[in-house]
Amino acid sequence: MSVQPLPIGGLGIDAINRPHIDTSAKRADIARSENPSPSSDGEILKIDSVTRTYTDAEGNTVEALRDVSLSVKRGEFVSIIGSSGCGKTTLLRMIAGLDAPESGELVLNGERIARPSQKLGYVFQQGSLFPWQTVEQNISAGLKARGVYKERKADVKTYIELIGLTGFEKSFPHQISGGMAQRVAIARALINNPAVLLLDEPMGALDSLTRADIQCKLLELWKKRNTTMVLVTHDVDEAIFLSDRIVIMTPRPGKIQGFISVKIPHPRHRGGIEFLSIRRDILEVLHLARANPAPEYMI
Amino acid sequence: MNLRKKSGGAALVFSGSAANKTVSNAKFIWMMAASVAGFLLALLANAFFPQAAHSAAFKEYTALGVTLDMNGAYRLTLALLIALYAGGGIFAYFAPSGRAKYAKRAAFLFALGAALALWDIFGTKLSLLPQPFFPGPAKIIESFLIEGGYIWQNTLYSLRLFAVGFLAGVAFGIGTGILIGWFPKAYYWVYPVLKTTGVIPAVAWMPFALTLFPTPFSAAAFLIIICVWFPVASLTAAGISGTPKTYFEAARTLGAKTPYLVFRVAIPHAMPNIFTGISTATAFAFTTLVIAEMMGQPGGLGYYINASKVWSAYYKVFAAIVVMAILFSVIMRALELVRGRVLRWQKGMVKS
Repeated sequence: MSVQPLPIGGLGIDAINRPHIDTSAKRADIARSENPSPSSDGEILKIDSVTRTYTDAEGNTVEALRDVSLSVKRGEFVSIIGSSGCGKTTLLRMIAGLDAPESGELVLNGERIARPSQKLGYVFQQGSLFPWQTVEQNISAGLKARGVYKERKADVKTYIELIGLTGFEKSFPHQISGGMAQRVAIARALINNPAVLLLDEPMGALDSLTRADIQCKLLELWKKRNTTMVLVTHDVDEAIFLSDRIVIMTPRPGKIQGFISVKIPHPRHRGGIEFLSIRRDILEVLHLARANPAPEYMI
Repeated sequence: MNLRKKSGGAALVFSGSAANKTVSNAKFIWMMAASVAGFLLALLANAFFPQAAHSAAFKEYTALGVTLDMNGAYRLTLALLIALYAGGGIFAYFAPSGRAKYAKRAAFLFALGAALALWDIFGTKLSLLPQPFFPGPAKIIESFLIEGGYIWQNTLYSLRLFAVGFLAGVAFGIGTGILIGWFPKAYYWVYPVLKTTGVIPAVAWMPFALTLFPTPFSAAAFLIIICVWFPVASLTAAGISGTPKTYFEAARTLGAKTPYLVFRVAIPHAMPNIFTGISTATAFAFTTLVIAEMMGQPGGLGYYINASKVWSAYYKVFAAIVVMAILFSVIMRALELVRGRVLRWQKGMVKS
C-alpha cells in the first residue's frame, strides 16, 4: 500500500484541461480569470490579499493562508472546499473577526472587520451550544447579550418553529440529537439577522441522513431569508447541492486554486448529470477522482 | 423522517433502577412490619426487661403538663419513630414509585431498632458498659428533659455562626475565584497567597482571631470564612479558567460583550466546580465551627460539649453529638437540593 503524496500547489485549475481528463461532458463554468470577483455592485464581503502564518509544534513557520482574495455578493451562497489543512477554517475565522490577518484586509459592507459581532453569524462544527441553557435560552442568547430580548421575545418562538424544534424548548443540548443541536446553532445565529452567516463544517460531525436533512433545512432558510452564506466544508456533494459558487482551496500554503459557479436551478438533484459533472471536476482538481497513478520512476 | 421525540428531555433521562421494580402488596406489608418491628422490640425491651443495675427510681420531669422519667421519654421517642415509619409505609403503599425505596430501607431500620434494644439492655438495664462514658439511649434522651431549652439555644447559636461564616465565605470565595480565573493579573498576585494560606487549617489563626476581633462570635465567623474561602475560591478559579474557548467565541459572534462572557458564560460553566468547592468547604466549616466553639465561644454545641465534659456528663456530650448529626445532615441535604436545582442542566449528562 503506497500512498503517493499529493503534488504540492501549482497544478491549479489547468489540471482539468489535461488530455487524460475527458472534457467532452457538459460542465459547469469554471472561472479561471485572475480576478474572479463578481462585479463590485452588490458586494457585501470583500477579502483582499489576506495572509496568515503560524508556528507549529516544532517551531516551523507554516503559511496557513497566502494572498487570499475573495468577494461575496449579497444573498450569495458560497462554499469553500478543500482538504484539511488548507486554511479554510482559518479564513472563515478571520471573516468572523475571531482571528486577525497578518496582512491584507477583510471588509464587510465597506467596513473593516476588526472584531466579532452579531453581523457575522458563526455556526461552529459542534459543541458550541451552552450546555447550561435550554434550547429556548440558547436561541435567545444573542438577543439577551445585546439587550433586545424584550422587544424581540416573540421571534424566539418563530425560530424554534422554523427549525422544527417545537416541543423541545425546555430541553438541554445534551438531551437532543446532534442534528437538532446544529439546527439550534443555526437558529441562534440567524435570529440576530446577520449580514453574513458563516458555517464552519456545521454538518461535519453528523451522519449522512441527518446531514441531508439539515442541508435541505439550510437551503430553505437561505431562500426564505436571502441571507448571504459562506460555508466551509470538505464534502463535495454538500458544496454542489447548496452553493452558487464553490471556492476550491489547496494546502501548504493555503490558497485559492479556483472557483466553480454552480448554475443548476434549485431544487438540485444529487444524482443529476450536471451535478455529477461538477462533482467530477472538483474531484479532479482535488486529485481525488481516482487512485493516484504510479509515477514513472517507480520500479 | 420525523426526528421528534414525544416527551422531550424527560424521556432521555434514565431513572434509577429502583423505579422499575414493583413490590407486591403482601411483600410490602411484610416490609412495613419489618421496618417498625425493630423499634417495637426496643420499646418492649425497655418496658419489660428488668432494671438489674441501680434499681433506684429515675428522676421525673414535668413539661407541658406531662410527667416523664427518662425511660418514658425514650419509649415516647420510639413510639414516634414507629408512627413515623408506619405512616411513611402507608403513604408509600399508595404511591407505587415510593414502595421500592421504602422496602429497601426495611432491613436497615429493623437492625437499627434491634441495636437500640441491645444498647438499652447493656447500657441502662444491666449497666455492663463502663459508666459514665457510655450511657444508654434513655440516659442520652434525659439530657433533653433536663435542659432541652438550653441545648436548643446552643443549637441556634451554632446555626447562626455557621450561617454567617459559611455564606460570607462562599460569597468571598466565589468573588476571589472569579477574579483569579478571569484576570491574569489577579492570578499572578492573589493565587500564590491563596495557595499558601489556604492550606493552613483555619483554627491555626485562632489566637490572632480572638485578639483582633471585637467579639468571640466575629472571631469564629472569620475562621469559618477563611476555611470556606480556600476550596471555593480555588475551584471557582479552575472552573472559570477552564471554560472552553468555543463558548466565548460563540458568545462573541452573537454580539456578547465582557459582562455576558463573565456572568452568562464563564460562571455558569464554573458552577459544577463551585459546588464541588462548596461541599468540600461544608465539611471544613463543620470542623472549624465545633473547634472554635470548644475553644472560646460563649455558646454553641461545641461549647455545650466542653461544658458538659467538665462535669463528666457524657450523656450530654452524646446528646450534643446527636443534635449535630441531625443539624449537619439537614444542612448537607439543603445544599444538595440547591445544587440539584442549579445544576439541573447536568442531569443525565454526568454520572452522579
